[in-house]
Amino acid sequence: MDKIWIIIKREYSVRVREKSFIIMTLITPILLGLLIFAPAYLSSVSSELEESEQKNIAIVENDDFYFSKLIKSDQFRFIKIPESEVDNIKNNFSESGYFSIVDFTSEENIINFISDKHLNKNIISEIQQYIRQIKREQNYKDEGFDVSEISNLEPHLQFNNTIITEDGNEQGANQDMRTALAFIFGFLIYIFIFMYGSMVMRGVIEEKTNRIVEVIISSVKPFQLLIGKIIGVALVGFTQFVLWVLLSVLVANIAGNTLLSDNPVGVFDSISSLLLGINLNVLILYFIFYFIGGYLLYSSFFACIGAAVDNETDTHQMVLPITIPLILSIAMIEAIINNPDGTLAFWMSIFPLSSPIIMMVRLPFGGVESWEILLSTTVLLISFLLTTWVSSRIYRIGILMYGKKATFRELYKWIKFKG
Amino acid sequence: MQENILIARNIVKQYENHLALNDVSLEIPKGSIYGLLGPNGAGKTTLMKIINQITAPDSGEIIFNNEKLVRKHISQIGYLPEERGLYRKMKVGEQSLYLAQLKGMSKKEATLKLKTWFEKLDILQWWDKKVEELSKGMAQKVQFAITVIHNPDLLIFDEPFSGFDPVNTSIIRREILELKEKGTSIIFSTHRMESVEEICDEITLIDNGISILHGKINIIKDQFRNNTFQIEVNSNNLKLDGFEIIHQDENNFTVKVPSERNSKELITEILKTSEIISFNEKIPSMEEIFIKTVSNG
Repeated sequence: MDKIWIIIKREYSVRVREKSFIIMTLITPILLGLLIFAPAYLSSVSSELEESEQKNIAIVENDDFYFSKLIKSDQFRFIKIPESEVDNIKNNFSESGYFSIVDFTSEENIINFISDKHLNKNIISEIQQYIRQIKREQNYKDEGFDVSEISNLEPHLQFNNTIITEDGNEQGANQDMRTALAFIFGFLIYIFIFMYGSMVMRGVIEEKTNRIVEVIISSVKPFQLLIGKIIGVALVGFTQFVLWVLLSVLVANIAGNTLLSDNPVGVFDSISSLLLGINLNVLILYFIFYFIGGYLLYSSFFACIGAAVDNETDTHQMVLPITIPLILSIAMIEAIINNPDGTLAFWMSIFPLSSPIIMMVRLPFGGVESWEILLSTTVLLISFLLTTWVSSRIYRIGILMYGKKATFRELYKWIKFKG
Repeated sequence: MQENILIARNIVKQYENHLALNDVSLEIPKGSIYGLLGPNGAGKTTLMKIINQITAPDSGEIIFNNEKLVRKHISQIGYLPEERGLYRKMKVGEQSLYLAQLKGMSKKEATLKLKTWFEKLDILQWWDKKVEELSKGMAQKVQFAITVIHNPDLLIFDEPFSGFDPVNTSIIRREILELKEKGTSIIFSTHRMESVEEICDEITLIDNGISILHGKINIIKDQFRNNTFQIEVNSNNLKLDGFEIIHQDENNFTVKVPSERNSKELITEILKTSEIISFNEKIPSMEEIFIKTVSNG
């Protein structure tokens, strides 16, 4: 146990002092913080622009049917232009002062929007709304209905979406936010398992290729070295994750304070309002558990691969098969999100090779029963113990084998080899 | 009866395609330097790995200090493998401390001893350097220090002189002999025969996984005497009745004495016709013994 602790300390302290670790740890939160902050900033900037600027919309029409009914607003000013001018504007859109041309002249009930850029969806649908309303009222009139009476008949409904959680609380569900969280958690687990798993693999290969492993194995058991390495790297990952979260919050805060000076807490207000009803703290705890659990399970595979080869270029064909469950999980995220409590979602969140990703995709939707979580975490832990045992048997032989690349058949033999 | 630090009995180790060790036995007396000789691929390194419990033998047993060799003995053994390595990106001092701690030393004790050894080997100024900045010879010295740091009862050196220049070779040789003076037993594997003659007390010669020759160096040499003498006389015309002249180079003669006669009679015979300038028995060097034994086997 003493010796495992010495190994953990080395594996940890060497890695956290590496330049690449420090750079990654510092740069990622800056990017992440900006990523959180940028949409809020941009939307505030663009809404300011949109408010300040009234858009000129050119109307081309044979009579005045629509034009007379389109009302000028803060956003739009409608200007009727003769058909002959359309080509002029088309040739020189940017200097014409027009945002878009709405052309009613081609055919009955066909309306063309012409613009020099991709139109903002909201703007188009707003204008379309106006036009549809005008046409609808005209249709009612033509059929002899009273327009004001009809508008009273329009159903005025409000749809509220409420989910009752385990503890009986009502939650307003923000489906978009849940989907976003599901994706973010799923991908983070995937990236972390790969990142730190291959960190373990490279460590094993380093020791094997520079032969220091023989000196170490004459002092400690291979199993102690393996466990020490896996735990040491896990702590590195944990440190990095915690630093990322703290630094990201810090960066977003600073960016929010300096760039949105009139509304310093706006970013977090908007985020926390989006999170309404989702317990992020609990989710982060689960995330850390599944990250560590998934990492532990996979890292022992990665360690085996490191032990089975002589250099890093040989690893590729062996890495692929063991990461298929991970890649498959990522591919299934969308299907799981569509039906987070379905049969597929259930089994994939129990199966240990996919549960770290899939369970984290399901959890934000709040429909996971506590016995499912218990089952999934237990299965994950048991599988970790099992694979570590198997891996250590492969590892102790592999690290001392040189000169040839082992096949999966040989790995199987190594597992059975006693002594 | 002599006391042995290590006894290996009937060690067999089978690898997939070849028999690395076939019924090898040896006894290593306490406080001696024991040479493990043999051509490349003979099984020396496999035997050393078994003693270090890096691999297990298929059959046979190892007795260490009168006990069956088990895991706990590891702290009493120091091993310098032939293919040595260190973590390239780690600092020398930090790395040495790590490896010493893995051997069960406390950090304080390890620091103290390492500094003493580093000073002795003149590498203290490298303490804060990274291994990748070191020359090969320097790294070897660091590894030597790491191997001996925990004062083991038994030291196992696999080709300890490879990669050293003559100055450093003599430093390491001096240190090995000094360790022996202090009572440490040493297993020493090499195919550099001149160093065997200088420092080994006993040897075992392994070829193709079989121990083909073992014993004290002087006894082995005695066995390989073939009654051949190197004589220099004052003429180039030597007539010897009943003795066979194997080789002549000017006034130098190599003469073989038949088993029924002796060197005394040879001298009498020479003096009949010539004056003797020098007279030496031609004792085979370990290298000759090595080549002869291995090529016969």
